[in-house]
Amino acid sequence: MESILVLTHADETGAILTKASLEAVTAGIDLAARLSAPLAIGILAADATTLTKSLPSAGARILSVSGQAFAQARYATDAAAAEALCRAAQATIVLAPGSSRFTRVAAGVAHRLGGFIDTHITALAGTDAVEASRWFYRQRIEAVLSRDARPWFLLLDSGAAPAFTAQPGAATAEEIAVALPEARTNVSGFRAPQQGAQTIRPDAPLLFVAGAGWTKKQPDGQVHTTEAAGLILGFLRATPASLGSSKSLVDQGSEGQSVLPFLTHLNQIGQTGATPRHAKGLSTCCHGEEPHVVGWRFIADRRAISLDPNCGWSRGKADVVYIADAFQVIPRVNALLEAAKP
Amino acid sequence: MSVQLQIVVCAGIVPDPLQTLEPITTPNGPGLKNELVLPAVLDPWAASALYEAAALAAKNPGSKLYLVSLGPKAKLQQVMMTVAQKVPFELVPVDGPIGGFPDAHSTAGALAEAIEAIPGLDKSSLLLFGGWESATRGAGVTLQLIGERLGITDQFQGVDQITVSDDGSFEVLERVEGGKHQVSTCQGAPAVLGWATGNLAEPRNNPQVGMANMRGIMPALQKAKAASLAPNGLRYVSVALPKQQRTTRVVKDLTPDQIAAELAAWIGAE
Repeated sequence: MESILVLTHADETGAILTKASLEAVTAGIDLAARLSAPLAIGILAADATTLTKSLPSAGARILSVSGQAFAQARYATDAAAAEALCRAAQATIVLAPGSSRFTRVAAGVAHRLGGFIDTHITALAGTDAVEASRWFYRQRIEAVLSRDARPWFLLLDSGAAPAFTAQPGAATAEEIAVALPEARTNVSGFRAPQQGAQTIRPDAPLLFVAGAGWTKKQPDGQVHTTEAAGLILGFLRATPASLGSSKSLVDQGSEGQSVLPFLTHLNQIGQTGATPRHAKGLSTCCHGEEPHVVGWRFIADRRAISLDPNCGWSRGKADVVYIADAFQVIPRVNALLEAAKP
Repeated sequence: MSVQLQIVVCAGIVPDPLQTLEPITTPNGPGLKNELVLPAVLDPWAASALYEAAALAAKNPGSKLYLVSLGPKAKLQQVMMTVAQKVPFELVPVDGPIGGFPDAHSTAGALAEAIEAIPGLDKSSLLLFGGWESATRGAGVTLQLIGERLGITDQFQGVDQITVSDDGSFEVLERVEGGKHQVSTCQGAPAVLGWATGNLAEPRNNPQVGMANMRGIMPALQKAKAASLAPNGLRYVSVALPKQQRTTRVVKDLTPDQIAAELAAWIGAE
C-alpha cells in the first residue's frame, strides 16, 4: 500500500508557505484520496508553528523541522531536514514543489533513502498505478511515465494543481529532530540584477517577449536601442507584465553589440532559458523557434507583432500575429494603457 | 596567490536544437528517430559550465580541467572535433546510450564511477561542474546524484557566477525565483555547481588548442569503458509530440492605432 508525503517550505519571509507548496498539498490530497493512501505533510521552516494554519486540519499527519538553520535555503541543511521528514513519514511516494529550494536537494535526498526521482511533473494521473506527465527535450516531447521502485520522489511544476486553501481549524505539527551536518556554506542574502528595474515577475498575467529585432537597424538605417529600451520599460510600467527575451538578444551583450541595458540571461526564455507560465504572452520583434515554440509552451493565449507575414515559426504557434512595426505599435499601446489606469 | 583546483565538468551531447525531433519506440524503450545521425552539440548549459571552468582554471595556475561525457563513442568523437577547439581539457569518455529517456540515476552512477577512476584526482580540491539541467531529459538531478555518490554536501544549482578567493573559499550566485540570485559563501572545495548560463560568451575556435586536446581525446575514446544504464523501474506509458496546433489569425490590414487598441483591450481583459 502506498503512503504519501508532501514536502513544503516557507517563503522568504518565513511567515507563509509558498504557493507552489500549497499546490503540492492539493496534489497530495488528490493522490492520497485516489489511492486510499495515508497522507503526511512535512514543513521545512525556521518556525513552523504558524504555518500549519495553511494546511488541512484533519486527515493528514503534519510533520515539521524548525530552526534557524532552515531560515535559508542551503543544500547541507535542507537535505538533512528533508531526509529526516521522509524517514519519519516512511512514505512510498514523496511529492514536493519544484521550487529552487527543493530542486536543489530532492535528488540527493532520494539517493540517501535509496529512492528515485522524477522532476518537472506537470500532471499526475493513472487508475491502478501512479502516472506522471513531464516534458523532454526542452518541452518538445511529452511523456507519461511510471515507476515501480519506491520511494519515488516527484517534483511538481507550478500549475500542476490549484493551491490548497485551508478551512478554519488548527492543525498541529509533530516536530522532527534533525542531526545537522557541519555548515560549510553561509547564505548571505539575495541579489537582484544590477540593471535596476525588476523585470521578471513570475506571477504576472502577461509575458512580454522582446526579440533581437528591437536592436536591429530600422527603416532610417539607424539602430534605436535607447528608444526600444524606453518603449519596453514603458510597457512594463503600464502593465503587470514579466519580461522575457530571446537568446540572441541577451547574447548581444557579451558580443559587444548594442544591447537593452536591463536584460540579463535571467530574462532568457527558450532552449537555454526559462519556460515561464503566464496566462497571456505578447511577442515582439522575435523570429525563430525559441520564443514561439519552446519558450511559449505554457503560455495559454499568445499574440505576436512581427514584420514578417511569412514567419513560419509563429504560424500555428501564436493565436494572433499582427503584421506591423513594434516601434509603431508599442508606444500607442503604452499610451492607451497609461490612460486607462485608474 | 591562487588555489589549485581539480575541476570536473560533466557534459552530455544533445541533438542540435534546430533539428526536428520525432519520438519512436526502440527495443530499449523510447528514443528519437534517426537519433544517431542527427547533428549533435555539447549540451548548452553544460557548455556554459565548461567555459566557466576553463576560465577559472586559467585564473588559478596548476588547476586541472576534466570533461566527463557519456555517449556513443562515434558521436562523442564528432562533437569533440568542435568542442576541443574551445578550451583546453582532458576528456574522460564513457561509452553509453545517448538521449533523454534513460534513467538519470543510472547515468549518475556511470558518471560517478568514471570520476572516481580518474588517476590522481584529489577529491578534496574537486569542483564538480555541469549544467543545472540537460537539454534532453532536463531533470536537473544527475549532477546532484553524482555529488551524493562522491560524498559532496555543498551543492549549488542554477549558478551564474563563482568568485574564488585566495584562501580557496568562494562566493556563488544561484538563480532563485523572481529573477534574483541567492548569494552564498562556501569554505571551499569539494562542491557541486550546476551552471545556468554564466556570464561568459562561447570562446572562439582555437585550432592550436584543438590539436593539443585531440592528442589526448582520441586515445581516451579508444579506451572508453562501456556503460549499460538500468531502467530502475522506470516505465514509459506514452511518448509523443504535442498535438496542439493553433489556428493563427494573421492580421495584415490594421493600422498601428487599431492594433494598439486591440492589444490594449486584450491586455486589459480578464
